[in-house]
Amino acid sequence: MEKNINITLKIWRQAGPKEKGKFETYKLENISTDSSFLEMLDVLNEKLVRERKEPIAFDHDCREGICGMCGLYINGHPHGLDGETTTCQLHMRRFNDGDTITIEPWRSTGFPVIKDLIVNRGAFDKIIQAGGYVSVNTGGIPDGNAIPIPRHKAEEAMDAASCIGCGACVAACKNGSAMLFVAAKVSQFALLPQGQVERVARAKAMVSKMDELGFGNCTNTGACEAECPKAISISHIARLNREYLKAKFKD
Amino acid sequence: MTKKQVTSQTEAPIIDAKIPEGHLAEKWTNYKANQKLVNPANKRRLDIIVVGTGLAGASAAASLAELGFNVLNFCIQDSPRRAHSIAAQGGINAAKNYQNDGDSVYRLFYDTLKGGDYRAREANVYRLAEVSNSIIDQCVAQGVPFAREYGGLLDNRSFGGAQVSRTFYARGQTGQQLLLGAYSALSRQVGKGTVKLYTRHEMLDVVIIDGRARGIIARNLVTGKIERFSAHAVVVGSGGYGNAFFLSTNAMSCNGSAAIQMYKKGAFFANPAFAQIHPTCIPVHGEFQSKLTLMSESLRNDGRIWVPKKKEDAEAIRQGKLKPTDLKEEDRDYFLERRYPAFGNLVPRDVASRASKERCDAGYGVGNTGLAVYLDFEDSIKRLGEDVVRARYGNLFQMYEKIVDDNPYKTPMMIYPAIHYTMGGIWVDYELQTTVKGLFCIGEANFSDHGANRLGASALMQGLADGYFILPYTIQNYLADQIRVPRFSTELPEFDEAENQISEKIKRIMAVQGKRSVDSIHRELGLVMWDFVGMGRNKAGLEHALERIQKIRKEFWSNVFVPGKAEDMNNELEKALRVADFIEIGELMARDALLREESCGGHFREEYQTEEGEALRNDEKFAFASCWKFNGEGEEPTLFKEMLEYEFVKRQQRNYKA
Repeated sequence: MEKNINITLKIWRQAGPKEKGKFETYKLENISTDSSFLEMLDVLNEKLVRERKEPIAFDHDCREGICGMCGLYINGHPHGLDGETTTCQLHMRRFNDGDTITIEPWRSTGFPVIKDLIVNRGAFDKIIQAGGYVSVNTGGIPDGNAIPIPRHKAEEAMDAASCIGCGACVAACKNGSAMLFVAAKVSQFALLPQGQVERVARAKAMVSKMDELGFGNCTNTGACEAECPKAISISHIARLNREYLKAKFKD
Repeated sequence: MTKKQVTSQTEAPIIDAKIPEGHLAEKWTNYKANQKLVNPANKRRLDIIVVGTGLAGASAAASLAELGFNVLNFCIQDSPRRAHSIAAQGGINAAKNYQNDGDSVYRLFYDTLKGGDYRAREANVYRLAEVSNSIIDQCVAQGVPFAREYGGLLDNRSFGGAQVSRTFYARGQTGQQLLLGAYSALSRQVGKGTVKLYTRHEMLDVVIIDGRARGIIARNLVTGKIERFSAHAVVVGSGGYGNAFFLSTNAMSCNGSAAIQMYKKGAFFANPAFAQIHPTCIPVHGEFQSKLTLMSESLRNDGRIWVPKKKEDAEAIRQGKLKPTDLKEEDRDYFLERRYPAFGNLVPRDVASRASKERCDAGYGVGNTGLAVYLDFEDSIKRLGEDVVRARYGNLFQMYEKIVDDNPYKTPMMIYPAIHYTMGGIWVDYELQTTVKGLFCIGEANFSDHGANRLGASALMQGLADGYFILPYTIQNYLADQIRVPRFSTELPEFDEAENQISEKIKRIMAVQGKRSVDSIHRELGLVMWDFVGMGRNKAGLEHALERIQKIRKEFWSNVFVPGKAEDMNNELEKALRVADFIEIGELMARDALLREESCGGHFREEYQTEEGEALRNDEKFAFASCWKFNGEGEEPTLFKEMLEYEFVKRQQRNYKA
């Protein structure tokens, strides 16, 4: 049932990429447990604006868990403690009256802070640009049913393709590795007939771009899988490793 | 070219919609056979700005770059992959007839035209249906993991407004998968250097030189700096303006500002009143609420919509004394099945929304506010088993449970209509060109294909049709004349002037230093829109809305408070600029709704309904697209009419009963 709670927030404030950041403490009263986490931040921002202070900068957009724009490190977990949940889907009913909630941006070499809780995830786009596609131009394509695809393969590819590119995997990883993100894309195409032609080149290009952009290595701790809001399995990392090894043997 | 013209109130021909000659089925072929093309060497010398990276923008940018043009592509999010197309759930229509259930290009065309209540342009809709099949092929080739049957072939589901199964889907995440397909094609071109990508950039104006669109002014949302970009043509795929209602299913940053900028630079705004209210959204629950969440129309395949038959039961449910599962079958009113036996729960969105509102207004609504109806899966779970239902809709059920904290496998979902999509938008001709030369508009941002109501799974189809298969042809017919035009310097006086105007506007907003937050004014506007320009509209209400919106405009410009600096990342300033434009859009919507003295599709004027409460069109007086021309700040816009003459289809009253 809906009720109202009082909470204390410790939020990372940082004016710019090169500025020094620090935690600020805010108190909020009468927050409805039916409101979402981001709606709670809206309430805080509305209050800050009323007090003629600068509101907290945070990324968000669709607020239904699919665009991948939101991403806050809440009480030590990317997207908070709920499983399979993005920050925007987290609701205040998961918190208790009197709780102190710590909110930080993603912290990773690959994702420099822009302002407050907003980071630059442009590196993910660069990794996709390096090979996360099937090289087909528009037009002149055979019928969609020309190549049957076994249902379980299509489903597994869909599991991988569910990645929303939020970066929680990187934020969760003690090495700051982007392996789960890269693996999800490589795996999606490796499972489908359309991805076969560029299979070898893709794995190599995407992994080397990831390394170049300052993401760490994978040491199989599995934190990424545990924190992924879309429950992307680390079995895709195993597939990426196989793809990468095969590619290297071909060199 | 046949004469399909936009005429003013004085009936003087102004602009040609450029509908090609020939039978409906030959028009697009004829067009392509006769259009001008640009040769590969010349393509390299031509620059095209594409604003937006949703299905329309990303597919256009990728396809144009593949052809050899230099493309500059802009988005306001931190990555092109986050455009709001990503949130589309249910599916994409195509006339493949894989199910052997009688589908065809003609039938998809007809359903779409009829679904739009005969207020769309015949030739455009036919072309849309014609290219629909190529979209599926294209997406499969990109590696989009569509749902498949056990034999490995593509699966389909049914959607509203159709009696065939023609909707292709990827679980409840079809928009995501199609957008990621277009995004991957776009990324490939970015990697090759043929597309230059500008993320976190917001278009603030279009620059016109000698009557042609030659560039844009954009604000870098990270630094706050105003930047200039020039090109030979400008394409805008900036989405819809549903957020004028504050609460909608749109993402928080969806806005109508690019449309308003085009409008103010001479592009006509067509049918602004045509907004879609989607029947299956999670009901409003509190005043802190920031947005509404859609539950895919696909749920109506297996879910049954009902309210209690007796008022006292509804009352007891609202007070929490009775649970929906306590009600016996005979005490439930499956009102869509009752009123529309032929289509049942799969009537088009406008019809379903109005029927829900009717029941709630009559006192049969459920939920603590009484503004909700049930969407029940009990029968389907009995018939198919929970596993099958979970496989089909698992992610939607999970989304519902997270928001409402209620298990839809056990108790029926509660839903209520909400603003979802805008059929209206910038007027374009058959070539998707606006009334400004060299300025094109694609996807939801234009007005072209959905008339007064869009069928489910047709937005994805239209966005990708425009971007992959239509614009890359039609824009060449324009650019073929531009091959001798050298690149434009952004130092030209036209750029200076445009930038100055923007800087002045920003200064003005920052200088108000009033007492109201941007959101509080936006909410106020949204309430006016919902109450008077929403599902049920009437003359007095619309006139009242116009007055209220005037006051809100005054309040905004004299009492808004935007903290921080303009030359910095400043989310409040971004929102303020958008809300200033939503006020303009809200006014235009109310004005257009007032003008249209008929009910059609999503536009329901309470004065014009049949005895059974269905929309009552007036084809004699209103078989036109209303096109509004901007006449300057504070001036009344001028109305022009594009008469929608149907050569091939006879207009009928929509009938989903038999």
